[in-house]
Amino acid sequence: MTEIPEIIRLVPLQHFMLLSSILFCIGVVGVLTRRNALIIFMSIELMLNAVNLMLISVASYHSDPAAQVFVFFIMAVAAAEVAVGLAIIVMVYRNTRNIDVDFLNNLKW
Amino acid sequence: MPPFQGEQPIMAEKLFYFLSFLSILSALMVVFSKNPVHSVLYLILTFFSLSGHYILLNAQFLAVVNIIVYAGAIMVLFLFVIMFLNMKTESEKPLSWLMKLSGTLAGGLLLVIFVGVIKQADRFVPSEVDFNSQVGLVENLGAVLYKDFLVPFELASVLFLAAMVGAVMLGRREAGERNF
Repeated sequence: MTEIPEIIRLVPLQHFMLLSSILFCIGVVGVLTRRNALIIFMSIELMLNAVNLMLISVASYHSDPAAQVFVFFIMAVAAAEVAVGLAIIVMVYRNTRNIDVDFLNNLKW
Repeated sequence: MPPFQGEQPIMAEKLFYFLSFLSILSALMVVFSKNPVHSVLYLILTFFSLSGHYILLNAQFLAVVNIIVYAGAIMVLFLFVIMFLNMKTESEKPLSWLMKLSGTLAGGLLLVIFVGVIKQADRFVPSEVDFNSQVGLVENLGAVLYKDFLVPFELASVLFLAAMVGAVMLGRREAGERNF
């Protein structure tokens, strides 16, 4: 029960934090540099997963189940968010024949 | 695992760095590939490598949920929408290089801030006495979920109902709207 897994003994927690930060920043760059609404949506999923990885690594190093339950809730909310978001994208495409976010600037100013 | 005491450490460490490399590479390909279908496939690869990380961290339940929910349900939804919208050819207008440069620069500066914060943090070493390696298994997580987090768990079902109603409302065809 109290035996610490090899990965926790050998790899410092900072490496997991660094990995999830890199994934999060890749998601940020994707949101900022792409104009296709679906790719932006996928980049947001990437950021959510980076946060999940950070939470799970901290939970495992501290052997605390609460953070893992939190990740479970993040996954549930992400599933609901994807369903509604994709419905919105399909609706936008049906009305404008385009999912370029620069095209949808009626509410910009 | 007494029989593998000799070679297990090197194995786990190598596996961690391999999975990290794979996940970063496929995440970069999600952002930079031109075809949206390729982006979705690389995103699935990212999710599988993250599930590998979860298994390495002894969070087996979340690894399985990640594969079922993300790689199974959400990515199928994405692929379905891409094929529904028939986006084989990339219709994205190329962004000006100034916007691309500033977006990449903003993301890179955010990473610099993160790295600076993480380098400041103390190195955490778990203590041998009160460490529980079984914490990520279904038995423990279920006990915590249904004892301490029962109300949020029930609220999540209300959220799902609201999301389902919202998706159906948004997807309904209005009178006088163009057909596909």
